[in-house]
Amino acid sequence: MADTSVSPAHETHEHGHQDDTTLWEGAKAPFKASYGKLMMWYFLVSDAFTFAGFLIAYGALRFSTPTWPEPDFVFASFPFVQAHWPLIFVTFMTFVLIFSSVTMVRAVQEGHRENRNGVVFWMLMTILGGATFLGSQAYEWTTLIAKENMTVTQNPFGRHTADGVYVNPDGSEAKLPDGSPKAFHQGESYLLHFHGGKASGLAYHDTSKPGEVMMQHEGLKLKYTSGPYAGQVREAEMGPKAFGALFFFITGFHGFHVFSGVVFLTIIMINAASGLYAARRNGYEMVEKMGLYWHFVDLVWVFVFLVFYLL
Amino acid sequence: MAGHQTYEEQKALVFRGLLLLGAITMIEVVIALLAKGHLVHGIKFSEGFGHYLYMLLMIGFSLYKAYFIIFFFMHMAYEVRGLAISVLLPTALLIWAIIAFFQEGSSWGARRKQIKEKNEELVKPAPAGAPQGYLLPGAAPEFVI
Repeated sequence: MADTSVSPAHETHEHGHQDDTTLWEGAKAPFKASYGKLMMWYFLVSDAFTFAGFLIAYGALRFSTPTWPEPDFVFASFPFVQAHWPLIFVTFMTFVLIFSSVTMVRAVQEGHRENRNGVVFWMLMTILGGATFLGSQAYEWTTLIAKENMTVTQNPFGRHTADGVYVNPDGSEAKLPDGSPKAFHQGESYLLHFHGGKASGLAYHDTSKPGEVMMQHEGLKLKYTSGPYAGQVREAEMGPKAFGALFFFITGFHGFHVFSGVVFLTIIMINAASGLYAARRNGYEMVEKMGLYWHFVDLVWVFVFLVFYLL
Repeated sequence: MAGHQTYEEQKALVFRGLLLLGAITMIEVVIALLAKGHLVHGIKFSEGFGHYLYMLLMIGFSLYKAYFIIFFFMHMAYEVRGLAISVLLPTALLIWAIIAFFQEGSSWGARRKQIKEKNEELVKPAPAGAPQGYLLPGAAPEFVI
């Protein structure tokens, strides 16, 4: 066991905690990384596959559906502001995560310098960032559920692909003040707000005038003016059902990662403050491993942001 | 990474990363709003060729952000080559998953009508008293090897 001829093979750790362990005692670290760090990387690979599975399911279902909600109509609310601000709030959320990622890098760097106060301060900043993100997500979900009536099984957001004109409850065509038909055009979005299982009205948003509701009447119907359904009158339909389920499951799974991240960050921050990692003299490696996880959460958000909000 | 950079260089990298990621996100959002006609009245390029250009830009920017986070924030650039390969190579398999499942999705979308018809197709029940798996009148069983 104490075969001294193999001792030069062991790797010196970058923080210089050199000891006399031999190969048999695990002195040679594969890929020059510690066990914990390597396993964190492989955990993240497996997690990336889980998220990729979700996002690929989103893409496949979206491609299989003739219509899909327009993100700039779905995600357009902002706290305290009664306005149609497409994508602005979710951009704020993205910035919060980027900031918290940056403060996490600072915590890891201070850890390498064995600066306990620096580690605790920057980890606290990271925790605040994570908590802000969770609060923002709670606001976003609350708005979508309570105001827009979107649930896991119901999606009030749709997108028309055929030209249509609105029909009044008595069957006559809805007219604009100048006498022309009140029509919507290919690719334009509409919103339906359902309350207690019944349609309480139809709000039609014109894409060229954001935020302005052009009409909102009880029991309005829809008549196609061109395309394969020309002449047919339709009830306004709900948007593709899968959207609600996909949105809540994917952002929920990501939010759960952020939540567990905040919990672990708090535990590790308290441990760092207590001097536990300083005593280990390994450059606050636990903070570094936590950093990997936290950056991964940011990384996943890059793609959630891409597929749900940008594309 | 501690052996590669001084403390000042590390702090500079963090600042550069913040600016870079923030700037890319801003550019993405501005392009998204511009493309969908929210920013300037009358300007819109979210249909036809412009739509593909838009999607390509967004995916490109996101991939660059992912690269930056993995290589500099997660220090993959300073790890041993083998570690980088063992993490990135399996992830690259996802490219095939994306192609295959998106193809599956579009095929499903293209055949929605057919799938609906097949789902609603009714099978005529055999007349009462008829043997199960009956032959057409006059037909003789034929075995082909």
